[in-house]
Amino acid sequence: MNDLITVVDWSRWQFALTAMYHWLFVPLTLGIAVIIAVMETVYYRTRSPKWLRMTKFWMTLFGINFAMGVATGIILEFEFGTNWSNYSWFVGDIFGAPLAIEGLLAFFMESTFIAVMFFGWKKVSPGFHLAATWLTAIGASLSALWILIANGWMQYPVGMRFDPEQMRNVMDNFWAVVLSPVAIHKFFHAVLSGWVLSGVFVVGVSCWLLMRKRERDFAISSIKVGAWIGTIGILGTLWTGDSSAVDVARVQPMKLAAMEGLYNGGRSQSLVAFGILNPDKRYDNDADPFLFKIDIPYGLSILANHDPHSFVPGITDLINGMTIDEQGDTVRTGSYAERIASGLEAHNALRLYDAALASGDKEAQQRLRNDIDAHFADFGYGYLTDPSEAIPPVAMTFYTFRIMVCAGGYLLLFFVVALFAVYRKEKWFDSRLIQWGGLLTIPVVWICSECGWITAEVGRQPWIIQDLMPTRAAISDISASTVQTTFWMFAAVFTALLAAEACIMLKQISKGPEK
Amino acid sequence: MIDTALLQDYWWLLISVLGAVLVFLLFVQGGQTMLLDRLTDSDRSNMIHSLGHKWELTFTTLVVFGGAFFAAFPLFYSTSFGGAYWLWMLILFSFVLQAVSYEFRSKPGNLFGTRTYDTFLFINGCLGCILLGVAVAMFFFGAEFTVTKTRILDAGSPVISVWAPTHGFEAIFNWRNLVLGFTVLFLARTLGALYLRNNVALPADSDFQGRMRFQVLVNGTVFAVLFIAFAILLLTSPGIRTFYEGEPQSVPYAYLQNFLALPAAAVAFLVGTVAVLYGIIRTILSATFRSGIWAAGIGTILVVMSLFWVAGYNDTAYYPSLLDTASSLTIRNSSSTQFTLQVMSWVSLIVPFVIAYIAYVWRAMDRRTSC
Repeated sequence: MNDLITVVDWSRWQFALTAMYHWLFVPLTLGIAVIIAVMETVYYRTRSPKWLRMTKFWMTLFGINFAMGVATGIILEFEFGTNWSNYSWFVGDIFGAPLAIEGLLAFFMESTFIAVMFFGWKKVSPGFHLAATWLTAIGASLSALWILIANGWMQYPVGMRFDPEQMRNVMDNFWAVVLSPVAIHKFFHAVLSGWVLSGVFVVGVSCWLLMRKRERDFAISSIKVGAWIGTIGILGTLWTGDSSAVDVARVQPMKLAAMEGLYNGGRSQSLVAFGILNPDKRYDNDADPFLFKIDIPYGLSILANHDPHSFVPGITDLINGMTIDEQGDTVRTGSYAERIASGLEAHNALRLYDAALASGDKEAQQRLRNDIDAHFADFGYGYLTDPSEAIPPVAMTFYTFRIMVCAGGYLLLFFVVALFAVYRKEKWFDSRLIQWGGLLTIPVVWICSECGWITAEVGRQPWIIQDLMPTRAAISDISASTVQTTFWMFAAVFTALLAAEACIMLKQISKGPEK
Repeated sequence: MIDTALLQDYWWLLISVLGAVLVFLLFVQGGQTMLLDRLTDSDRSNMIHSLGHKWELTFTTLVVFGGAFFAAFPLFYSTSFGGAYWLWMLILFSFVLQAVSYEFRSKPGNLFGTRTYDTFLFINGCLGCILLGVAVAMFFFGAEFTVTKTRILDAGSPVISVWAPTHGFEAIFNWRNLVLGFTVLFLARTLGALYLRNNVALPADSDFQGRMRFQVLVNGTVFAVLFIAFAILLLTSPGIRTFYEGEPQSVPYAYLQNFLALPAAAVAFLVGTVAVLYGIIRTILSATFRSGIWAAGIGTILVVMSLFWVAGYNDTAYYPSLLDTASSLTIRNSSSTQFTLQVMSWVSLIVPFVIAYIAYVWRAMDRRTSC
């Protein structure tokens, strides 16, 4: 069992490493592709050489970044098989489809038209080139759509049923999977956050050019496009973030409780604006969850249910069986101890069903199928031995959520100031304070972006599929040392390539746009 | 509702098409293995420029091949990727190196120098081809795994697919697998030389074109010898077949029997082989002939498709288990459900459109290069 847990932990570390590296590059690809497309559209309409230079400069940076996104992305797809092979079988009938569609609809579009984008300036007509640039941007977003449908399904499994004969889940409603609100909100939240990140990147790099007193007109025009895309992005991200919070409250209440460090919930629940968690707090002791905190009254009830007086359950409430349902009503469910027992009932019924299938006992099969259906909602709990195993790492979820929200608020202010300044007070950009502010916001937006994913993925632990399969049941039959070796192998390679990419980027930025 | 067996057959056909196109597109990897040869800077630049326009398509086809296998035959994805862990990880590792190299190699500040990135491309070219060949060889020569679905209820050890403890190294060091691995490598090098001869806009009597012709001669000859060895191994190998939905059984000369039972596979194999040889031999014999890639490419696609057909059709296990015959994977026992296959089949109708726009873009991009 210990080796099993070690393999699970290392497999999670490896997936986290790959996903976090991947997410360093993907949001910039998603957003900057749109920024380039906008710039090229202006060039196409005006034929102004300035807009062509802008398009080509940002396109060069896009290309350097895109390569690393591709390199880290291929590992992610195949890690579902290499490190989570049981998962691949248990839900492959549902989860594989979005990945295949992503490849067919999005990857081919991206890989075909990106070649035109980079090498086609003198080979195809300007209209064809512009279309290729837009299609690359659309391809990148389509790719995000399908992978986020897959991710959304893991957090809110819908459109499926369990087939005891095959001992796996099977899809029975494709549109329920595709149009799941969790998936749709995740898609817009992730893609628009990419616009935010790219907007900051363009404004920040342009501020550096201004700091060096180079290419003023070029930089100011770039700031205009970056700030507009960033503003649209941040408003959309905030809006979809709000919708995602409501989704989390309904379908992953334990994640929301962890995000808030909330153990004993209630009505008219306040939101912790800032706080320091008490490391001694456990769900089953009376210690105060916080050493220090500043509350926003009614904040959490509004965030979770858009109702200042609504009930929000805490970790202890959930373990004791109190939650809210998908309509937002307070309901009593089984305690986690009861859910573990119910999950074991489902496992046992499945074992007996398999025996009945082998012996051809149809009557027993029907009876046991009913038993499995009755307990299947708790199937994943059957792998747990104690309710505490269903609690995600609270500190990491709590702090990363706060960093994301605070940084998001700052970014809204950043774009408001950038837009105001670039249209009304252009001289502000001569100020060192503004220039440094623009430049130093680049790391802020990346930290914000990574923290968003950590909140979403760490907060849903221990589940790889919400309530149905914990990560410990999803792994491959490999040793911990094997995964450790590949972890360090990829850590070394990704770090070295990241360093190379950063140096190339800095050189290109320092070189500036071509004359 | 469309019949499940028909959908399974259709998806195996699509997998065979994707696999065949992937092997053809390995001409990029083949070309990369020549980058460390003694070349002039201009020749190397021409090769990089030409291959650099196409590498993403090979890469994407590999990803889509994996995705399609996951969607259509998830038990294969689960068993092979989680089992032959090292084999797949080394393949992926080599493709990670490729993904950055074209973009980074000539950029100032790339930290490791152009030569390092060219070496990365060389590693991807060699390792990628050999190991993909080894992975496909297991479709015929089997792999050391068992599948026990009830293990999913064992909380202490819940993994249903269990592989040999060497996790893929045993496959890499199996000589029969390596025969196909090296066959794929030399095929890719041959196709790479044929492609570069066709795509790089230099006169037919230039040194570069002469060198590519010489590469076709050397690599084409080695490929032909290895291919004959592989064909003999294949046609004399036993396979595992399921008779009338019963337990799978080992059958001698299973693939030879499949070629006889599936005339389309036999014809595709023979026509494809002739086309590949025609592309190679005519290039060797004629100093002005530059279109060998078309015949050899189409031939490659036909041969690889036929190999997938004899691996999976005619109730044959396409992933034979060497440890437990009953665990062998067939297109019937490893597929997704009828519902998912049908949904995916609707999506697959977009394939001709995808092929059409790729062809259109390639044509548009190559047309002016050759002027």
